[in-house]
Amino acid sequence: MKSKLKVTTKRKDSGEKKHSHLTISLIAVAVGLIFAFLLTILTGRSPFDLLTALVRSMTGFNLQNLGSFNIMYVLNWFLNAVPIIMTGLSVAFAYRTGLFNIGGEGQIIAGSTAAAAVALLVKLPPIIHPIACILAAAAAGALWGFLPGFLKAYRGINEVVICIMMNYCGMYACAWFTKVFLPIDPNTNDRTIAIMESAELKQVFSNSTSQFNWGFIVALLAVVLFWFVIEKTTFGYSLRATGFNKEAARFAGMKVERNITMSMMISGALTGIAGALLILGIYRYGRIFTSFDNFGFDGISVALVGGSTGIGVLLAGMLFGLFKAASGNLQLFNIPKEISELIQAIIIYLVAIQYAIVLLLDKISERKIKKKEIEEKPEGGNV
Amino acid sequence: MAYAIEMLNITKDFPGIRANDNVTLRVEENTVHALLGENGAGKSTIMSILFGLYQPTSGTIKVKGKEVVISDPNVANQLGIGMVHQHFKLVECFTVTENIILGAEPKGKFGTIDMKKAAARVKELSELYGLNVDPYAKIRDISVGMQQRVEILKMLYRNADILIFDEPTAVLTPQEIHELMHIMRNLVKEGKTILLITHKLKEIKEAADKCTVLRKGKCIGTIDVKTTSEEEMARMMVGRDVSFAVEKGEAHPKEKVLEIKDLCVKNVKGLMAVKNFSLDVRAGEIVGLAGIDGNGQTELVYALTGLCKAESGQVILKGKDILKLPIKKRLDSGMAHVPEDRHKHGLVLDFTLKENFVIHYYDREPFSKHGILQKNEIDQYADKLIEQFDVRSGQGKDTIVRSMSGGNQQKAIIAREIDRSSDLLLVVQPTRGLDVGAIEYIHKRIVEERDKGKAVLLVSFELDEIMNLSDRIAVIHDGELSGLVYQKDVDENVLGLMMAGSLKRVEAVV
Ligand SMILES: Nc1ncnc2c1ncn2[C@@H]1O[C@H](COP(=O)(O)OP(=O)(O)OP(=O)(O)O)[C@@H](O)[C@H]1O
Ligand SMILES: [Mg+2]
Repeated sequence: MKSKLKVTTKRKDSGEKKHSHLTISLIAVAVGLIFAFLLTILTGRSPFDLLTALVRSMTGFNLQNLGSFNIMYVLNWFLNAVPIIMTGLSVAFAYRTGLFNIGGEGQIIAGSTAAAAVALLVKLPPIIHPIACILAAAAAGALWGFLPGFLKAYRGINEVVICIMMNYCGMYACAWFTKVFLPIDPNTNDRTIAIMESAELKQVFSNSTSQFNWGFIVALLAVVLFWFVIEKTTFGYSLRATGFNKEAARFAGMKVERNITMSMMISGALTGIAGALLILGIYRYGRIFTSFDNFGFDGISVALVGGSTGIGVLLAGMLFGLFKAASGNLQLFNIPKEISELIQAIIIYLVAIQYAIVLLLDKISERKIKKKEIEEKPEGGNV
Repeated sequence: MAYAIEMLNITKDFPGIRANDNVTLRVEENTVHALLGENGAGKSTIMSILFGLYQPTSGTIKVKGKEVVISDPNVANQLGIGMVHQHFKLVECFTVTENIILGAEPKGKFGTIDMKKAAARVKELSELYGLNVDPYAKIRDISVGMQQRVEILKMLYRNADILIFDEPTAVLTPQEIHELMHIMRNLVKEGKTILLITHKLKEIKEAADKCTVLRKGKCIGTIDVKTTSEEEMARMMVGRDVSFAVEKGEAHPKEKVLEIKDLCVKNVKGLMAVKNFSLDVRAGEIVGLAGIDGNGQTELVYALTGLCKAESGQVILKGKDILKLPIKKRLDSGMAHVPEDRHKHGLVLDFTLKENFVIHYYDREPFSKHGILQKNEIDQYADKLIEQFDVRSGQGKDTIVRSMSGGNQQKAIIAREIDRSSDLLLVVQPTRGLDVGAIEYIHKRIVEERDKGKAVLLVSFELDEIMNLSDRIAVIHDGELSGLVYQKDVDENVLGLMMAGSLKRVEAVV
């Protein structure tokens, strides 16, 4: 009966949800872009260059040299979206069960290492080989997700703390594992030798200079699977119930502890797969990590902007993938690549403080109503 | 007489529903003005508009004669409007004073909070209106009734003189209700104006001067409480005659379905809350469990359903000891349960109505096959329950439950649990927050379940409900069984004595 004070969620509590998540995200994107253009002008550069860079990253056309077209740019955009779609799904999955998976960095390193190990040490026929690597990566990621999930479920320990610790455990343990068990490339000493060819994720268009590979299809499959599991299955139903109201879920006989542990493991597996896709499709060798790549953290932004739904994550992942892909083009057109980071930051901030946008929209629609009323008054003639 | 509040031609649209339709409400200064209406009639909505939580789609509001726009609760505060919500908004680990000053802290030296000054003011206010609140007590240590008084003080501390109460008595014991009515009269005497939402006609009779009746969002009329009978008010709000008595025939009890034997349960503080409690419930009878709140009912129910562990004893359901089983197994072995705290245990507020309806059966045929939810089956089932139990909401089965009116949320749980048709129906406060029409229907359904041969254990703090529905009445006092009698052998006075522990009569043992 007694609810704790929650001032910030008052609007949400009252259940008046007029503006969809999509509208909010779109406004955030628009504001981010406008800001980027303003800043370009302010720093004395040409906004047209910025536009050219963005359009080129998206379509492959160069506005300043019409007629030149290179599909590579489009493919690179899609390629950049792959890992963050996966980590975005991962964060979203945990979030739907009421968990915050900030352990993506550890999970992606564990996944990368496991995929590399299978790709280097196990002999398998093509097609089977990458699948085996991906499964191994999923298992490793799940293992890294298990501990935070388990401790949260059965001991009530905050998953954020454990996740962050697991990130560092992942980095050092995997570096040790790689150095000890995997064949190191004697020329550089900071990576393994190339993985077996049978394990590689091949380019989809082998004549293109882009590394775009079948990993994108894996990410798409993951999106569909995510949506299906969360929205359509009894398992997803019980996970969502657990996320919304643990007590009611427990009361309805759901195994809340098991759900929490499972959810964190599945979340970890999704991020683990992201690691495999990078190793098999891009690096093609095992890596010794000495710092984080931030794909796990990017996943948090993607899930946030995508509203933690399958389709939302796909769109947000594509969006952030575009900005990642655009940084190269920006420099080419003499725009600092920090601009792209700036746009991303603004979008994230705006979505995070969506209350402000909602307020703004409310003001606007209020004004519209007032206007309508004034127009209608003469006819209505009430009061 | 001057009007404190005038809400003129207020209309409010929600997706799929017009919650208020051209409602005009005028409240005179220095009166208690009641709002009466069916579940979902739009009472909470219009009060939320007055408090600035919602914006009306159209209409004007005047406070003390001046036209105003109440864009958010802060504006309402400045206009002297305060609201006590049905679900309190208090910080459990703070003291009374800390809660009261939250957001309006008196500044001391160097930006510190002058707690002494605040506490003194709280004490002064508390004495002025006879509230009897200890400014230094922690919220989690005081009763629900006291917490409500803290909410009242919160408004008074902000100098509110128009006070809104949304179903304040739903969570109170009869004694506390009586005191609250007294406090309200005191407040009016000191110059305040009160708006009161309640479903209990008795309370309106006791405390209110005027009463406005809403039905399906429309204003039916405003009446003078003194000159209108309870029956007339009920008819105005439902649109037909309502019978307050429950029609039911003789019970024909059969075999024992539930046997509680020497049950001992500890409460959260580790004290024995249920002591050697024994009670049987047979198929085809309704056993009412009466008692003053806090005498072990909650713990007893928790132990029966498995929400907390029992110390010793046995709970036998259809010949099988279920005391060691997990919750789900117990429910599945033939128990349906309407929990006391519907928001915590009964519903997933962010799920849609239909998702809530299948919460027990989502993983079974026909609602799912091979782990995949069957949308059509679920939709049909939801439509059936909505129609049978008249659950009203904006978007039917796809409404997010959080946005439904309080009474309709309760109806949704009852619908789900009664429809399970289990051998034992364990209902706690089934009609809390329901309008008289809905109460009539729910009571009828409970009696029907009995006549179908189900065993019903009814826990309620309302003596009327216990007397109206039960075939046998058990009374719990201080965790012990202090009475077990046939309904026809007792009256409310005798029950009152047993509830107070001054009379012990265990005679209707079967
Ligand atoms: N935030 C909201 N979003 C959508 N619909 C809403 C919202 N709040 C209320 N409603 C709808 O408006 C109608 C009126 O609801 P309201 O809460 O005012 O009823 P009420 O008279 O207080 O009923 P009760 O006695 O059950 O508390 C209901 O049908 C409800 O479903
Ligand atoms: Mg209400």
